[in-house]
Amino acid sequence: MSTASSARAADLRAGDPKSSAPASASAKKAGAVASWVDERTGIAKGASFMLKKVFPDHWSFMLGEVAMYSMIICLLTGVFLSLWFIPSAGQIPYEGSYLPLKGITMSEAYSSTLGISFDVRGGLLIRQIHHWAALMFVVSLSVHMFRVFFTGAFRKPREINWVIGTMLSMLALIEGFAGYSLPDDLLSGTGLRAAEGFIRSVPIVGSYVSYMMFGGAFPGEAIIPRLYAVHVLLLPAVLIGLFTAHIILVMVHKHTQYSGPGRTNENVVGFPLMPVYTAKAGGFFFLVFGLLSLISALVTINPIWAYGPYDPSPVTAGSQPDWYMGFADGALRLLPGWLEFELFGFTLSLNVFLGAVLLIPVMYTITGAYPFLERWITGDNREHHILDRPRNVPTRTALGVAAITSYLVLMFAAGNDIIAIRLQMSINDITRAFQVLFFVAPILTFWVSRRICLSLQRHDRDKVLHGRESGTLVRTPDGQYYEVHEELNEFDRWKLVGFESPAPLALPSGKDANGVASKDAKKELRRAKWSKFFFTSRVEPVTPAELAAAHHHGEHEAIETPAGAGAHAIKQAKHD
Amino acid sequence: MSDPRLPATFENPGLPPHVHRAADTDPRAAKRAERQVASLFTLSILSTIGFVVSYFAVKSDTEAFIPFIGTTNLLNVLLGVFLALALLGIGFGAVHWAKTLMPDEEVVEERHPIRSDDETRAKAVGLLEAGAESAQLNRRPLLKATAGTALGLFALPLGVQLAGSLGNPTKALDELKSTIWDVKDGKPIRLVRDVERTPIKAADVSIGAVFHVLPETIKESHHVLEDKAKAAVLLMRLHPNDFAADDLGKKAKSWGYEGIVAYSKICTHVGCPVGLYEQQTHHLLCPCHQSTFDVTRDCEVIFGPAKRPLPQLKITVDAEGYLVAPQGFAEPVGPSYWERKK
Amino acid sequence: MNALAARRRHPAAIALLLFLGLALVGATYSLFAPKPAQAAVATADKVADGKALFQANCATCHGISAEGTKSGPTLIGVGAAAVDFQVGTGRMPLSAPNVQAPRIEQVKYSQEQIEAMGAFVASLAPGPAVPDKATVEAEGDVALGGELFRVNCSMCHNFAGSGGALTRGKYAPALYGVEAKHIYEAMITGPQSMPVFDDKNIDAKGKASIISYLKTVETQPNVGGMNLGNMGPVSEGLFIWIFGLALMIGTAYWLGQKAA
Repeated sequence: MSTASSARAADLRAGDPKSSAPASASAKKAGAVASWVDERTGIAKGASFMLKKVFPDHWSFMLGEVAMYSMIICLLTGVFLSLWFIPSAGQIPYEGSYLPLKGITMSEAYSSTLGISFDVRGGLLIRQIHHWAALMFVVSLSVHMFRVFFTGAFRKPREINWVIGTMLSMLALIEGFAGYSLPDDLLSGTGLRAAEGFIRSVPIVGSYVSYMMFGGAFPGEAIIPRLYAVHVLLLPAVLIGLFTAHIILVMVHKHTQYSGPGRTNENVVGFPLMPVYTAKAGGFFFLVFGLLSLISALVTINPIWAYGPYDPSPVTAGSQPDWYMGFADGALRLLPGWLEFELFGFTLSLNVFLGAVLLIPVMYTITGAYPFLERWITGDNREHHILDRPRNVPTRTALGVAAITSYLVLMFAAGNDIIAIRLQMSINDITRAFQVLFFVAPILTFWVSRRICLSLQRHDRDKVLHGRESGTLVRTPDGQYYEVHEELNEFDRWKLVGFESPAPLALPSGKDANGVASKDAKKELRRAKWSKFFFTSRVEPVTPAELAAAHHHGEHEAIETPAGAGAHAIKQAKHD
Repeated sequence: MSDPRLPATFENPGLPPHVHRAADTDPRAAKRAERQVASLFTLSILSTIGFVVSYFAVKSDTEAFIPFIGTTNLLNVLLGVFLALALLGIGFGAVHWAKTLMPDEEVVEERHPIRSDDETRAKAVGLLEAGAESAQLNRRPLLKATAGTALGLFALPLGVQLAGSLGNPTKALDELKSTIWDVKDGKPIRLVRDVERTPIKAADVSIGAVFHVLPETIKESHHVLEDKAKAAVLLMRLHPNDFAADDLGKKAKSWGYEGIVAYSKICTHVGCPVGLYEQQTHHLLCPCHQSTFDVTRDCEVIFGPAKRPLPQLKITVDAEGYLVAPQGFAEPVGPSYWERKK
Repeated sequence: MNALAARRRHPAAIALLLFLGLALVGATYSLFAPKPAQAAVATADKVADGKALFQANCATCHGISAEGTKSGPTLIGVGAAAVDFQVGTGRMPLSAPNVQAPRIEQVKYSQEQIEAMGAFVASLAPGPAVPDKATVEAEGDVALGGELFRVNCSMCHNFAGSGGALTRGKYAPALYGVEAKHIYEAMITGPQSMPVFDDKNIDAKGKASIISYLKTVETQPNVGGMNLGNMGPVSEGLFIWIFGLALMIGTAYWLGQKAA
């Protein structure tokens, strides 16, 4: 059912002055300009379509906006930086104002980054905003991805947008790594050194590709200008293109919304772009920018002056990439050496290749493919615009938690030396523990999170059937106590019962109509098995009949025994 | 017991009744909200002025003490905080305005199926087919074949130019094998200190010491960083009894000089400098991925992701007592690659 | 109190606790700054005093004539500098067996006692002597010191001297708040896992430069703001995940809430 109510004009409040007076001179002027533009572009049609667009209010819908704004802030500050940064690996003596490096030979890239930090007024602030915004960009797009995954927002018709988002996420990592490498300080140079090792590990072509990328032997003078072109031109162009497609698809699909009273699969309930979301989303840009500026004013990021210029001989303890590359670095710390071996006289370094080269594309391929895998398992071909509560799809939620767990194990493994020194543990023990955890922890968290989902669902059922605990204790005439449960109103109840809980696909016989085992039947069997895995553990929403029965039962219960409620809940759980 | 009149599932109850905000009903609350928004905008204006004033008035090396941060650069803090307040003032102001004074009754927009209706689809297919037909695509296979091939190949020139000019990979295999330790004129190369570039006498190296070493040829190098990236060496002196008694230990000792041994500093994993020498355990640790090498057993890997031992540099002393390398490394240094053994 | 208890499990609580803890540790650190030392002159008296002190306090592990036992290495030939470093930084006497003797702010012996023990150990066999004030505080070249530090020291002690992990629980300690003399002594004696950097490896000027560099780095302002412990990208990543994300979500939450 849909509750249609037309957008009403901004209602004037009692105290507001009435603006029924004839249009002011400035309004007339604005109208003239608008008319001029429309006569040449016809923009009014698009504008009236756009300005009516409705956006639902929820904090989790703003995560993508944090990512979007962080990206825009990176673009803005990046333009500033590009005015002073010199993308050259040419070696010069440092003549700037940072005394501990006076006279040291360094690349122009490093020297100009020091210049931005110490000799351009406000340059350090811009650099710090750029770097913090870049970290925030990847943080927020990751959390945005988590939100989309756990609420099932990737389902039809949004699979393409999920794939675009996945590509954006992967490109963001590469964009970040390229930018992190540009200042040519000791830390980022060590990162490039390792990257060269990664490329070399590619079977057959590795050494050649490395020579082509670096324009000869490592480090060479080619890599900094090339990374610069990739960082400021190629990847931003691709990122902006994909991002535009991402946003257009959001417009086409209209925003998803959480289940709630009045919200259906056929409508979207929220606030129009004009004026509410112009103010909210526009204001939010300033909020994100402001918070990042505040962080950048007070907290140092990447103090390149402390690392010193890149030189292949020295290295610093605690050599790590920025956090978003941590998982790949962690994988490298965990992969055992015996994965390198000789094959017909050729060397295959799987200990490097798996973690440094294969991991990222494999991870993103699985991520990008997930909507299609789930659709195949569920066989669900409908459009979905109402979001799932994560607890209502326990297996998906548990799969997501397990995937994040493996990611986290790898990410924390990249900090094994910092953990060792901060917690005074043995780095060897930590590494061994992470190796075990990589296999054990996802299984454990899968199981635990699925149990948690199921018990949360049972808790929801309980709340619908028996109301919420009011905190009021009542003493019965015969001296027993029970707590009064307040029944949910129909709006609150709908939030807890308005979902589907499909049963697994029935196991096919495996034979076709003539009793002959068919190829298709085998596929169907496999699908049914997955479906069973996906849907077996489930709790169905309360039906009106169940609620009526609970009321009937509850009337006795309140008088009879307070323990009855608990016993009933257990019975319900078993029934599931 | 279930009532047949009850539906199988609950029905969506529709939008809940709208609850008015204070500013909707109370003019004073609305006025208060207006004042709050205006003060936030004013904060932004003042902060922008503050930014500009600080930009011109504060010297760039003025230090300031700030609790929790310590001594820091005043200009950076002032510019950052003023910029932040200028932006936050606008942001909080706009959002507060939207929340308190703009309409807060939710609006419903209908959705329509994403797919086009059958008629539109048929029309699009018809247009495509008619277009293909009128272009005579199927009637002229020659055009189809040549156009397809031309389109398929047009990116090739760009690809060839790019791949061909990025860098010359033909030298890769030779260069990966060689370092500037390789003796060219039969004259052994002296070991020099990394920073000072001064030669090292065997007597200078005490037990437990570690020297970061480069070949003397680095002084004539025209590609200092590239040469360093392969030639960096670690020189350590162990008590002769500290070497393992097995073949590995014996080899390590025999390639050294009176317990002084030299090993490539470039990790065999991905190439970080393996510089962390524990003089009591004689272990070398790589700070990037924690590969650990045992110097007493020819730098065998005892922990971590590396597979191969660090290559040893054979050393001896010249007539003046300085440490020299009579020959280069016997194998390529640094990370593995496909043709390493070739 | 109730409000506090309610927020006990707030995600920010851990971060706040961590922050307070770090601040406390920092404050304690600065309270117990090491005291300046006087130059040592070995006299027969001192050697005798030192011997008595040694036999009473150190002989259990290092042997009655410092020849070493299973639980402690020999001290013959380590020199007075080693004694001054180990005892002067509180590492010795070791309170409990551990992978590594930690630096302890509360030094157990007076400077005279340390000098006496140093004189006794120096009398057993020649070894590095405690460097004099002029050597330690010689003017160094900060830029050269930085270069030497990055090549010879930063792989263990980190780019800013914040310390780093070694194998099996051992570590290179942080170099903040360490007396110049003790840094110098560590270089010439090579305590515990640390290799020896005697004058034939890095000359006196080089050492003075390293010390000047460290002191410059330690005293210069954090130009960019809070330095997050100078631990590199790990602490930056944690910061943006904990504080950055919390700020963003908090703001977004406020934005989505209906006004009163």
